[in-house]
Amino acid sequence: MITVNSTNHSNEKVTPRKLGTFHGGVHPPFHKDDSNKPVINFAGIPKRLVLPLRQQLGSDAEPCVSVGDSVYKGQLIAHLNHHEGALSANIHAPTSGIIAAITKHALPHPSGLQAQCIIIEPDGKDESSSEHSFKPITDYATFSQNDLLERIQQAGIVGLGGAAFPTAVKLAGSKNAKIKTLIINGAECEPYITCDDRLMREKSAEIILGIKIVLRLINAEECLIGIEDNKPEAIEAMRLASANEFDIEVVSIPTIYPSGGEKQLIKILTRKEVPSGGLPSELGLLSQNVATAYSIYQAVMEGQPLISRIITVTGNGILHPQNFEVLIGTSFAHLAEQAGGTNKMADHLIMGGPMMGFALEDDNIPIIKATNCALFTSSTALRESNPAFSSQAIMPCIRCGKCMDVCPANLLPQQLYWHIRAKDLEKAKEHNLKDCIDCGCCNYVCPSHIPLVDYYRFAKVELREQKIAQEKADISRQRHEFLLYRKERDKRERDEKRAAHKAQLQAKKAAIAKKKADTGENADSDKSDISNSDTTKADAIKAAVARAKEKKIARETQADESLGKKSPRIKPTKNTGTNDEI
Amino acid sequence: MKFKTNTSPFFSSENNVRSVMLQVLIALIPGTLVVAYFYGWGILINVALSVFFALALETLALILRKRPILPFLGDFSAFITGWLLALTLPPLIPWWVIFVGVFFAIIVAKHLYGGLGYNPFNPAMVGFAVLIISFPLEMTQWIQANHINTINTLQTTPPFGFIDSLKSVLGIAASTPDWDAITMATPLDAVKTGLRAGMPYSDIINQSPYLAKTTSNTWLWSGLVFTLGGLWLLYKKVIHWQIPSALILALIMISSLFHLFSNETYASPLLHVFSGATILAAFFIATDPVSASTTPLGKIIYGAGIGLLIYIIRTWGNYPDAVAFAVLIMNMAVPTIDYYTQPRTFGYGTANDKKPSSRRENNP
Repeated sequence: MITVNSTNHSNEKVTPRKLGTFHGGVHPPFHKDDSNKPVINFAGIPKRLVLPLRQQLGSDAEPCVSVGDSVYKGQLIAHLNHHEGALSANIHAPTSGIIAAITKHALPHPSGLQAQCIIIEPDGKDESSSEHSFKPITDYATFSQNDLLERIQQAGIVGLGGAAFPTAVKLAGSKNAKIKTLIINGAECEPYITCDDRLMREKSAEIILGIKIVLRLINAEECLIGIEDNKPEAIEAMRLASANEFDIEVVSIPTIYPSGGEKQLIKILTRKEVPSGGLPSELGLLSQNVATAYSIYQAVMEGQPLISRIITVTGNGILHPQNFEVLIGTSFAHLAEQAGGTNKMADHLIMGGPMMGFALEDDNIPIIKATNCALFTSSTALRESNPAFSSQAIMPCIRCGKCMDVCPANLLPQQLYWHIRAKDLEKAKEHNLKDCIDCGCCNYVCPSHIPLVDYYRFAKVELREQKIAQEKADISRQRHEFLLYRKERDKRERDEKRAAHKAQLQAKKAAIAKKKADTGENADSDKSDISNSDTTKADAIKAAVARAKEKKIARETQADESLGKKSPRIKPTKNTGTNDEI
Repeated sequence: MKFKTNTSPFFSSENNVRSVMLQVLIALIPGTLVVAYFYGWGILINVALSVFFALALETLALILRKRPILPFLGDFSAFITGWLLALTLPPLIPWWVIFVGVFFAIIVAKHLYGGLGYNPFNPAMVGFAVLIISFPLEMTQWIQANHINTINTLQTTPPFGFIDSLKSVLGIAASTPDWDAITMATPLDAVKTGLRAGMPYSDIINQSPYLAKTTSNTWLWSGLVFTLGGLWLLYKKVIHWQIPSALILALIMISSLFHLFSNETYASPLLHVFSGATILAAFFIATDPVSASTTPLGKIIYGAGIGLLIYIIRTWGNYPDAVAFAVLIMNMAVPTIDYYTQPRTFGYGTANDKKPSSRRENNP
């Protein structure tokens, strides 16, 4: 356990916070100094802005403008999908201009995927209109929680740490979960990235205001801001800005990758482990990125929707590495230009950091809300010894266990690799593959240079597909079994009825025979009896037909009902995800 | 502008298999020199021949298996296998014995199973086991340590120079040495024979020129220097602490137990730890990552198992030393040990806090 004195300046909290540690982690070259010196500049208005309708997992936003429309800065151009369960966020025009097209365009995605985008040609005036913008809420304390939440939703705010999960959804989900502590993630553990660092240095007061809004929104008691100790200036600035806030504490945490992972940061700050497959809210915790807190401040107190963000442009392929405030939809090429352009060494463009980011094939791709870094770099700066870049071959696994030593999830990467290579995914599952967070530490230290994370990604996808196929198979099996059951039941019922009918008929026959025998003895009443029995026979037939009809109807409704009752069981039980009940 | 694409992570440390193996080799050097100081050129000739055979056979196997030769020869794993095997062989052993041992180590135990990383058994120990079973005479002829000659008065031993030693190993010496005159039982052998004959342990110790004085205890000194090499490997994080600690501790505990119970019929813990190949096994042989257990708890079980087996086989078995058999037996247990000793994953209550994945039954 590491003890760090995280005293605030004014109120002299002298009790040192006992920090937790997580297993493993690595210390790659962090390259923070490359880009953390210059102040944040505005990257300017590019000639064209490309705004993908979907910038996170979930569904597309729905465009509410048409080609040829002129839009103001901050005007809503695509609204979130209102369907239940749809995950999307509002998109606003980053600057004034004309909607040039709504068409398919390449996304910042590892596969070079194309999807629907709104393309704006800026007019350069950067005009906004009061009609199309939010009113600043300077006194947020007088606003209700719902109003604040609605503002955050309207402003299209998503988590800016990388996953871009809609913030309003996250906050609304935690409103009822009794959140005690708000965790603000300022760790920024990925090498090269310094956008949160610069933001905390320059906008600490605004971030603190954003945090206070969130605190009010979720009724949390306290807020812990975790910042790695390789950012002393940011820590200092944030401590200064929060000096008068008794419920906000800035905690300096040791520099180790991946301390900025949500679960890892929570372990460090609170010494609690988020259960596997669980959410921080189960522990009374909610985490937000510092940049998200800043954009919440902007949305609420300045009335500015999420139309720009801070992005680090860095790497040895860029002439002047620095941080920019960038309009969403700006291309990577424009960013590189703003940073002095690329040099000959730039043969890689990575969105995000070198540990978990992904490579882009082309720089004519827009930055999105989730983009925190544009890394233009040479292969050699990344990994000289890597087989993908040099002639050194991938060697067999020698089970040295270095991957195990650095795994922050405390998995056995060497065993996972072994089982996945043998296509024994069941075993990989038993080794808790799903708890792998793709951080890449194992890959980083592997002396055999095995692309371990690729194996895990493959296995995770494979397992997910197997599970879906399994569920489908289970459903059809159940349907088939029910069909067989129904057929059998109907046949049984028919047989039973037939038998009952037969018995009835026989009983009747017997009765008639008996009567006949009786009439033989008593010939006088014969005639009247026969006429009587004729009418009763006709009546009986009528009654029987009616009864049969009734029963048929009854049976059909019953069958429908039983089908209806059964159907919920046919559906796969999604929350358990297992087939135990079946 | 177009860029190259690849998958994350893009960073990679400078670790590589070669540097891992190279560090093991470096750690072996001081101990080897100490043994050579006591036993003369024979040890170094063993090492040189064994490494030469190992590299030659590795190259042959790689050619036959159509594998790239340079990266695999350059990983030094065959080098280490040859070196380790040589350290377990008595000096002046005929060259063909070395060759047979290396052949079984490299070809049979390693390449027939798929080469580097795929061998379930420790190659060097497979080679040793084959030799001790096939050539028990050659394998137990340990010449008297040179160092003792100067202290004691065993003047019958001829001083073996480099040329003499080489000629002897290659079988081209003018006259074959009088083995009975120049060899003697190793401490473990002497103690075992003595105890079987009913001699009290203290008498055996006092009669043995190896063990009577600390200064002349060649095994103690080489053991200490090998320990230093092992500690350096620990410091460099090439090996984990679990296997050496568990092995030595288990051996000390079980030998102390019996020694305290009857100190004249059971050898002392000191003898067990510092004779034979115990130290070499603890730091260099049992820690071979490919064939050893890989989980933290598994390593403890694996190491302790080897320690216990060493004692059991030494004390009640028929072979003078037991390291090879102990390691090979525990190699067999590794897959099972690894499966049942998974560490607690982040976010799980305890290590056992996971249900076996539900297997679908065909007939509900």
